[in-house]
Amino acid sequence: MAATTFIQGFLASIGRSTLGLIASFGRVTIFLVETLSHIIRGPFYFTELGHQLLRIGYFSLPVVGLTTLFTGGALALQIYAGGARFNAESVVPSIVAIGMVRELGPVLAGLMVAGRVASSIAAELGTMRVTEQIDALTTLSTNPMKYLVVPRVVAATIVMPLLVLVGNTIGIMGGYLVGVARLDFNAATYIQNTVDFLEFGDLTSSLIKAAVFGFILGLMGCYSGYNSGRGAQGVGQATTNAVVSASVLILSVNYLLTELLFPA
Amino acid sequence: MNDIPKISLRGVSKSFGSKHVLANVDLDIVGGESMVIIGGSGTGKSVLLKCILGIMRPDAGEILIDGKSATSGDRDAFLSRFGMLFQGGALFDSLPVWHNVAFRLRQGSGRLSKTDARDLAILKLRRVGLKPEVADLYPAELSGGMQKRVGLARAIAAEPEIIFFDEPTTGLDPIMSCVINELIREIVVEMGATAMTITHDMSSVRAIADKVAMLHDGKVQWTGPIGEIDASGDPYLDQFINARAEGPIESVR
Repeated sequence: MAATTFIQGFLASIGRSTLGLIASFGRVTIFLVETLSHIIRGPFYFTELGHQLLRIGYFSLPVVGLTTLFTGGALALQIYAGGARFNAESVVPSIVAIGMVRELGPVLAGLMVAGRVASSIAAELGTMRVTEQIDALTTLSTNPMKYLVVPRVVAATIVMPLLVLVGNTIGIMGGYLVGVARLDFNAATYIQNTVDFLEFGDLTSSLIKAAVFGFILGLMGCYSGYNSGRGAQGVGQATTNAVVSASVLILSVNYLLTELLFPA
Repeated sequence: MNDIPKISLRGVSKSFGSKHVLANVDLDIVGGESMVIIGGSGTGKSVLLKCILGIMRPDAGEILIDGKSATSGDRDAFLSRFGMLFQGGALFDSLPVWHNVAFRLRQGSGRLSKTDARDLAILKLRRVGLKPEVADLYPAELSGGMQKRVGLARAIAAEPEIIFFDEPTTGLDPIMSCVINELIREIVVEMGATAMTITHDMSSVRAIADKVAMLHDGKVQWTGPIGEIDASGDPYLDQFINARAEGPIESVR
């Protein structure tokens, strides 16, 4: 009897979680469609877009730069150590370049910017929700979706490719510095190998991924904040949800995009 | 004489899950009148305002403004007829005070230039007793009373025909409460606006109201002119206005 009750409870909790997940997916999809519909219809708040470009793009440069610099350096050391097992140390420049541009640049920048920006967007909009500032916008004949959500999502989509471009370059530089200073590579040969190995398709795939990740982190930050619960706990939960959902979506969409852009 | 009420609520109901916040509310507010809605916490006063403004959608019933449905027609044109002072001020943290006040005037096709909007904002700030130096401060740099005044200046900036005041004196000391109440009364009379205020504060009720409606259990328990409030004979209203713990309204201890 006790075992039956336990199994029933267990199945019920799985059912509840599944239903909750489906409901959340539905709510995010509705928010996505609503956001897209406002992106293509005016009015547009260009001043607000400018603020967000600066905030999301320019102020994220240090975190993206530092992350990719050290990752590029560590990657060079790892590839050198791994390559030494079958006398292929010379592949370091090309593998660092391809690894950074195709995969690590966009994914790391996406995750770092999700941590920095999606959380701050969620906290900001969540606080605005709790303190009735979003309601106040409505009473002032301003659509909050157009004024708050669209500029943030569009800005994140625009600046992420630029950030990734900078991040890729700094990451390759990190590999170069370690390669030349620690692993005794010839500087000119290292750069030549990097340039020769990279293809235009590598770069475009990197930028496509970056734009999609930017859209995801902007959307999830706005969705979580816009639908924040009441009080400090609600805003805190919204911030956590924004970072977790944006990070998981970035990693899963990265796999799908890689399958699509580089089919085996 | 125009017999159509400025705001008319017909059978408005709103529930959150199993909790019925508004249950078949009927209420008329005549143009130029100052109606104050009173009632305990959680009786649906704020929800009522939000339903009228379309921030929340009622589950049932109809809301008419000048006899026309609030949900028909152009939404921006509809909202431009309203001003609202929020309970916590709801000022935009990222904008300076003048931009908060002139926010509506800087939107849309007929938007004012930055200089004109700032000048007008300073004029409205003066009207609520604030000096021009306040215009360039940010909301976080203001006291609670000053934030309320800025919120009031924002509510009247576009000279709306209907103004809502949500708990205008909450969190203020008695003197500042008195100042805000007097300002509200003066401005409403001066503009000839229709006002709807929700409050628990009986000194606000007596200072602001032409008419009073009491919400209890999601329904309008009593409504009438302010002059009749003390002799209404309604036990619920009597308990509320005299702040008695004993009576038909249950209090949780």
